[in-house]
Amino acid sequence: MKEKSVLEMRGIQKSFPGVRALQGVDFTLCEGEIHALMGENGAGKSTLIKVLTGVYTKDEGQIFLKGKDEVNIHSPQDAQRLGISTVYQEITLCPNLSVAENMYIGRTEGALQNWKKMNADADKILQSLDIPAKASQQLASCSIAVQQMVAIARAVDMECKVLILDEPTSSLDDNEVAKLFKLMRDLKAKGVGIIFVTHFLDQVYEVCDKITVLRDGKLVGEYEIADLPRVKLVSKMLGKEMDDLSDIKSEAKAYEEKDASEYVFEAKNLQSNAGIKPFDFYIKKGEVNGFTGLLGSGRSECVRAIFGADTVIGGEVKVDGKSVKITKPIQAMKNGIAYLPEDRKLDGIVGDLSVRENIILALQVLKGFFKPFTKAEANKFAEEYIKLLGIKTASADTPIKSLSGGNQQKCILARWLLTKPEYLILDEPTRGIDVGTKVDIQKLVLKLASEGMSITFISSETDEMLRTCSRLIVMRDRKVVGELKGDELTQSMIMSTIAGGESEK
Amino acid sequence: MNTLKKITKNQLFIPLAALLILAMFNLIMDPGFFKITLGQNNMGNYVLSGYLITILDSGSELAILAIGMTLVTAASGGQDISVGAVIAIGGSAMLRVLCGNDPKPAQLHAPIIVAFLVSCIVCMLFGAFNGTLVAYFKIQPMVATLIMYTAGRSIAAWINNNTLPVISPTASPSFAYFGGFIPGIPIPTPVFIAIICMIIIALVLKFTNLGLYTQSVGINESSSKLNGLNPQAIKLLSFVILGLCVAVAALIKVSRIQTINYSVIAKDIEMDAILAVALGGNALSGGKFNMPASIIGAYVIQFLTTTLYKFKVQSDALPAYKAVVVILLVVLSAPVVREYLSGLKKKIKAGGKEVA
Repeated sequence: MKEKSVLEMRGIQKSFPGVRALQGVDFTLCEGEIHALMGENGAGKSTLIKVLTGVYTKDEGQIFLKGKDEVNIHSPQDAQRLGISTVYQEITLCPNLSVAENMYIGRTEGALQNWKKMNADADKILQSLDIPAKASQQLASCSIAVQQMVAIARAVDMECKVLILDEPTSSLDDNEVAKLFKLMRDLKAKGVGIIFVTHFLDQVYEVCDKITVLRDGKLVGEYEIADLPRVKLVSKMLGKEMDDLSDIKSEAKAYEEKDASEYVFEAKNLQSNAGIKPFDFYIKKGEVNGFTGLLGSGRSECVRAIFGADTVIGGEVKVDGKSVKITKPIQAMKNGIAYLPEDRKLDGIVGDLSVRENIILALQVLKGFFKPFTKAEANKFAEEYIKLLGIKTASADTPIKSLSGGNQQKCILARWLLTKPEYLILDEPTRGIDVGTKVDIQKLVLKLASEGMSITFISSETDEMLRTCSRLIVMRDRKVVGELKGDELTQSMIMSTIAGGESEK
Repeated sequence: MNTLKKITKNQLFIPLAALLILAMFNLIMDPGFFKITLGQNNMGNYVLSGYLITILDSGSELAILAIGMTLVTAASGGQDISVGAVIAIGGSAMLRVLCGNDPKPAQLHAPIIVAFLVSCIVCMLFGAFNGTLVAYFKIQPMVATLIMYTAGRSIAAWINNNTLPVISPTASPSFAYFGGFIPGIPIPTPVFIAIICMIIIALVLKFTNLGLYTQSVGINESSSKLNGLNPQAIKLLSFVILGLCVAVAALIKVSRIQTINYSVIAKDIEMDAILAVALGGNALSGGKFNMPASIIGAYVIQFLTTTLYKFKVQSDALPAYKAVVVILLVVLSAPVVREYLSGLKKKIKAGGKEVA
């Protein structure tokens, strides 16, 4: 082992039936280092983390920890005892317990508990880490970011040497991310080694010291952050030189000029029970527009109202100039509207069903209860789209839940493309998926638009929207506050419109 | 090796293996178990008899109920425990139509088909009642159906003013056919009814999207809704279909004894039906299902019951014996155990290699 390293993994191998998830991967983490683990979905990041935390048992390879030499980790409890703690994307604490209880749950010995001491200890840790929470506070009353921090505090208090943060920022807004980063830097100063898994490149460059890149279960390399500019990182992850994203932009520009006068979809004073103010909206044939705004500003609620996913309580809707009633998703679908929801796991996939069934589901529902597709027809559709979108799956019979996030998203996209919609709504289609797929999806959006499909595209990453959309609707506090097009489409214009101010009133 | 793996992974493996083990057990203990004889019954008809025939005969109601229970389980992620009670209701309604107010009618007051259709409608209405509670009021299926489980048998008694109508062979010789034999055909009628039900459900699953929709709703309700499905309606539908199955089972049950005993008829049959679904390897929490596996599961349970009867296990002690076997089967088919076993197999194989 090297002098300063707290963790070394050597030649880790792990196979699942039919897949070699990890093939001889090395990983080294030093004291007081924030180390990004990067790779596309399915590259083996999660598997490596799970081997390290004892969720999976490695087939081959060695793990060394500082001061312990080679260790065998068979269960998450083992890992914790050895000082390896993990904070997952989803909060895994109990919201109905107090902050202190959450920090000490499962760690007390004997039947008795000194509550006073526990609360005092918890407060001390919270203070030392500068976390804005009280020990006696109920966890649910804290914001998501603070809950995330409490989870970290719990990990830190267990005297962890290695802290794994698995996509901790995906549900946080910028402010909260900043707070989290401060905490991470504090811990780094205290000598904790942090493994940071994320899809946000910006965040990697903001906070990390080193990057280890995995691809297809193999180690690509370990790099100092300064030696690896963004474009290089992306090409390492993809395994090919990336044709620059700016290509996309130039394609997008071309469509702004075109002006088809007909509205494919038009809404007046549309309102749903999800708490958004009534809004007007239209989209032209072949147009790509988007809703932008902070998390929780009502972007998703707007498109859900358009699709009838939430209960519509007011407003008029016209499709192709004709008044229609859309209060249920099926009515929207019959009018040629498709909607890829924000939460893939909760609203998108039907986990236990096969890729094939997931792909044909929407079209099948449109076709009707008494007209099932034959197996041959269904297979034909599935194979066609698996090929078209490059979905990586063992077969069309594979349950969709065993696919990686990006491939699941492609299946859902395939489901809606199969219905040949006139108007496609994509709500965060690129969230939590790898860079390669992100680019694929953005390109696809522009290609579909050029073929005459109207698309509403929502993304938390503003540059994605700038690349794809020709018109942006800006939301603040569940209200439409502005519309940007043409030259106004710049990062700073969006920011200032989101931030708002007196000038608008 | 690979084909063996494929076979053991198949959902039909556990119920079929259970059947096989039960059959082997009987073969060793008493080969006479499998004897089928053709003899005359007390009506003078030539009929087949033997333990196997008994199993096929008395397993019919269970197999029919397992069909409905599988759909309810898949769509709602819960079970209907009021099945036995609603059988009492359906049977009672049927007898009421057949007998009018007369507990011992000299002739039927209505054709059997009319009585059966009335019973179907009644049972489907009660199914719809359960389904509404589950789908629209979002009550846990077991809790929702607990209402009918408790009240059903009283309702059944009330329908006939607490009398026990009897349909004598003189009033209608054909009424007994459904639970017994049709003259000239040596195989019990319930077997045919069960087969017809199986064919119907197979056709329905093939020519409609019932399977896809119920599974989809059971796995992910919210995403089903966004795909244009109406999850509530589909849950309701599954309960109504179970109601129809219940009506058919009620016809057989009542026809067997040509009368009804409100407190005993089809007692605890819901538990066996739920077990059949579980034995078939279907998750009781809903989602994906395998209909043939459930149906075979039903016959496994009947096979077990008949075997126990044959070995003179007292009927009071029967549930305890059944429980032991069921625990074994259910634990064996639990994903945790299967995973452990396959891990063990791998280890043994790896160990063997090292030694070699």
